[in-house]
Amino acid sequence: MSIHVRNLTKRFNGFLAVDDVSLEVGTGELVAFLGPSGSGKSTVLRIIAGLETADAGEVWFDGERADHLHARSRGVGFVFQHYALFRHMTVADNIGFGLDVQGVGRQRRRQRVSDLLDLMGLQGLGERYPGQLSGGQRQRVALARALAPQPKVLLLDEPFGAVDAKVREELRHWLRRLHDEVHVTSIFVTHDQEEAFAVADRVMVVNRGRLEQWGSPDEILDNPGTEFVARFIGEANVYETVIRDGAVHVGALAIPVEGLAEGDPVVVVVRFYDLKFWRDDSGGFATVVRTTTLGDRVKVEAVIDGGERIFSQFPRRSSLLRGIEPGCRIHIEVTLARVFPHLESTRPLAPILARAA
Amino acid sequence: MRSYAPVRPGSIGQWLIVAVVVLYLGMILLLPVSAIVVQALKAGVGPLLQTFDDPAAVHGLRLSFALATVAMLANGVVGVAAALVLTRHRFLGRRLLDALVDLPLAVSPVMTGLAFLLLFGRSGWLESALDAAGWKVAFAFPGLVVATLFVTFPFTLREVAYVLEELGTDEEEAAATLGASPWHTFVRVTLPNIRYGLGYGVVLTTARALGEFGAVLVLGGAISGHTQTATTFIYNALEERQEPAAYSVALVLALASVLVLAALEWLKRRRRKEL
Repeated sequence: MSIHVRNLTKRFNGFLAVDDVSLEVGTGELVAFLGPSGSGKSTVLRIIAGLETADAGEVWFDGERADHLHARSRGVGFVFQHYALFRHMTVADNIGFGLDVQGVGRQRRRQRVSDLLDLMGLQGLGERYPGQLSGGQRQRVALARALAPQPKVLLLDEPFGAVDAKVREELRHWLRRLHDEVHVTSIFVTHDQEEAFAVADRVMVVNRGRLEQWGSPDEILDNPGTEFVARFIGEANVYETVIRDGAVHVGALAIPVEGLAEGDPVVVVVRFYDLKFWRDDSGGFATVVRTTTLGDRVKVEAVIDGGERIFSQFPRRSSLLRGIEPGCRIHIEVTLARVFPHLESTRPLAPILARAA
Repeated sequence: MRSYAPVRPGSIGQWLIVAVVVLYLGMILLLPVSAIVVQALKAGVGPLLQTFDDPAAVHGLRLSFALATVAMLANGVVGVAAALVLTRHRFLGRRLLDALVDLPLAVSPVMTGLAFLLLFGRSGWLESALDAAGWKVAFAFPGLVVATLFVTFPFTLREVAYVLEELGTDEEEAAATLGASPWHTFVRVTLPNIRYGLGYGVVLTTARALGEFGAVLVLGGAISGHTQTATTFIYNALEERQEPAAYSVALVLALASVLVLAALEWLKRRRRKEL
């Protein structure tokens, strides 16, 4: 089933949580709403499910108006961040709840529950209570419960937010595989970009109640459409400065820019992995202050002459890291910079391939 | 949540605090109850049982237990409904209503009786209407019911509202997305989750109803064999120097209190496990 949302707006006590959001999700698609907490992504999801009422706007399922329908009549499966399992019911009764409501007979219900327990890797846990399960198991029960009545839409609100990192990783793969099997139109909300990119066909970036950009993970990474997306997706160095001598200056680092007038204020965004540090005998124009090992990567922090800080990131065993240590002088090469004509601008200039002076 | 394991008192100062608390609680809680038990049994079981030949004493006890049952049922149902309204809905005046609900706890029961007397009593605001309908409220059973319902109203509501707040709305929302109607959700999801809180509130209601004195005295008039409850019977018996009768009825109420305490303790443990 396709989902169509038009001009959705919602206020909470005067706070604009959802600001004129329109979007479309195709049948069988798996889409991520990605944004910082408080950006309104969960509210959009809850409005689609009928758990929240929009102040204005429309929700359409398969070309039919759905926003006047009560949550129980929308045929939507919903997975909550904190599982929301019925604590006094067994796992099997939890999963069978939606079928029971539909009046599915006991025999068929048991069959379906047992199939779902198998599908979710929960064999033998049917008679347990939610309180006796681990976080990962609980979330799989919640998923099985949502899927049991065969919903046409599956909505997941920060589904892996409450489990630890390792289990989160497993559940991610597992959601992706499940979707490839079941093909139910799905939207999941997350603030974790890695999660969004790893699982979703398409990512919609939400910020301050607005839909900033949508596209495939690669499109979002390679062509950030707004300053927010450029800042938020992938770790990035961000500088607010002005054009001088046809270039952007960050301390002693200069990035040539065309098409802007002298003195124009700009925002420059350089991802950690879009720049290089290197060392040679001629010295350099920045000083390394710290190196931090993060698993398979190393983050290097340097101070450019003139005072600005800059971060770069290298694969841990990279030869580029040779000789990079706190206190050493380095050169900086920016391979890709994005320049936004001033703060609130929505359209960036074309990506600038630049080499520092 | 962090929890702290209780420890044994270490210093003399800590022992002193514990001793003072134990002594104080013993004096104000245990001593009076034991006094009643001792006094009631002092003259032996014979005179004790004689009291229950007195129709007025038996009537008083039955009336009190009847009122407690009515309060338990009525305020159980209304309390749950009101708790749901106050915790699950946002509407104009909700906070005011939320504050007003505790009014019976703040007002002296004697004042409550007086206030209802102004409504239902001779030349009261509602008297002519009630007269026309042929209903007698003041100095009759309905008056006792009204007074008891009023003073016991907050207990179930507060206990259930507390549990509902703690539970949040996640499970109810989950039930809705699975297609359950509000009634189905209430019966299958909400009610099982609040059952111990509800039980706790209902037991408190019963205890309060049995013990009510001021409001039923003023609005009921304590007419022997008619509107005299167990507590007003005790009061009148003491006034008439019928001490054995007073002690016997008090002993029955004390026994009920012990049962109430046991029930509360059990419910408290169950509820702690569930939340």
